[in-house]
Amino acid sequence: MSLGCAHSLNATGVAGDPASPVHRLDPRAKIAGFAGITVVGVSTPPRLWPVLVACALALAAIAATARVGPGLVWARARVVLPLVVFVAVFLPFVRGGEQVELGPLSLSEEGLSTFASVASKAAIGTVSAVLLGATTSFPDVLHGLERMRAPRLLVLIAAFMYRYLFVIADEARRMRVALAARGYRPRHALQAAAIGRVAISLFLRTYDRAERVYVAMLARGYAGSTPRLNALVFGRADVLFLVVVAGALLPLRVLAGVSS
Amino acid sequence: MSCVIEARGLRFRYPNGVAGLDGVDLRVGHGERVAVLGPNGAGKTTLMLHLNGLLAGEGELAVAGLDVRRDDARELRARVGLVFQDPDDQLFMPTVREDVAFGPLNLGASPEAAAARVVEALGTVRMGHVADRAPHQLSLGQRRRVAIATVLAMDPRLLVLDEPSASLDPRARRELLEMLARIDRTMLVVTHDLPFAAELCERAVVLSAGRIVADGRCTDILRDEALLAAHDLELPAGFDPSLLARQKVAAAA
Repeated sequence: MSLGCAHSLNATGVAGDPASPVHRLDPRAKIAGFAGITVVGVSTPPRLWPVLVACALALAAIAATARVGPGLVWARARVVLPLVVFVAVFLPFVRGGEQVELGPLSLSEEGLSTFASVASKAAIGTVSAVLLGATTSFPDVLHGLERMRAPRLLVLIAAFMYRYLFVIADEARRMRVALAARGYRPRHALQAAAIGRVAISLFLRTYDRAERVYVAMLARGYAGSTPRLNALVFGRADVLFLVVVAGALLPLRVLAGVSS
Repeated sequence: MSCVIEARGLRFRYPNGVAGLDGVDLRVGHGERVAVLGPNGAGKTTLMLHLNGLLAGEGELAVAGLDVRRDDARELRARVGLVFQDPDDQLFMPTVREDVAFGPLNLGASPEAAAARVVEALGTVRMGHVADRAPHQLSLGQRRRVAIATVLAMDPRLLVLDEPSASLDPRARRELLEMLARIDRTMLVVTHDLPFAAELCERAVVLSAGRIVADGRCTDILRDEALLAAHDLELPAGFDPSLLARQKVAAAA
């Protein structure tokens, strides 16, 4: 497909070995585990870098167990990561303090360490999210969040977003094709107005659809809550996973913090 | 004969003043398959939404033994299954299985009972193999069949289908027709697709400007060229309803 939106939507869903121990964990265990790794990683100051290395190792071990390859992790992480890193990449140039000469460039040492810290934290957070997405289907993540008492309305909104993102992306693609078919090739900013009209039209269509979906929900007896078909089972493997992740990272984080 | 639908003098006006229904009288008996034919804007969808209590106009309307205005809406929605034209409106849950289970669970079925109904309903539309897929991964024909399963899982007495054959390729259309013909239930099929109506339904009513202007055997109505022309209905070129009527008689014999 030639359109970017279709590409990034295809790079979603469960990957790796669906029968792996990680894939079979309860979604709640995975949400808590990956959130834990992210919190430990983000809360660690740069001078305690061994904790960051431990987080990275934990993620690598989980990825290896789930048979999610580095290529796939990179393919998905690069949707988010460059944006974050882009902001941080200027830090070494604008910060003051000790300067390091690197060929024709003069870089701030403090800026460099901040950049390394921001980039590694962003990577830990992003890879955690990627691994959660690669080992847990989106409906399971939502189910887990619901059971973890996330606000029902937010979970419902996320569920609809997931369901209709593909429908709306498809409508947008058809409209872009229709524009191109009538010779639309914007050469300067003023001609971009057509894109704005496409956006308005998409919004109106989506609004109409929302009304129709609501009617269809009422027609099948919807009365404010969405009951679930199967219950989640939090088993021994899930407890073990959380104990291992928390048992390895939390003491390390606390000890490193105390000893410095 | 007891009726599944009994409408007398049903009138409905939209808030913008447009008359949706202008005195509809309709009786549909148990086990009948009735096609509702009519041009765009004739009130077909408005009528359909009345049957489930989603719109309420003036006049009398009893559906599946319940008075639409007085009795419990939840019970009514359990007895009347609406299948909407765009399956993307009907399939709103993240997976097919959850979507088919949505109705039974809302009606108070236990998760085990709902799971059994999902298997049965998907089996009826021959879509059991897609239960764990997301709706956006299915073709339009598949989505339409799953949409029918979402309603069958509620075990309705009356099945109402809005333009079931719209935008289907010939093969998906034929498969849908064969599948619907096997479902033994009272059915109201709202459609523009006159050959589809003729093959599926014995009886047809023509709805025009909010009123029922003709009611009779489907093949008879389709042979009435003056009637069709007066209400902007048109058979596809080369389609001969007389031939279909003879085929049906031969098949029955």
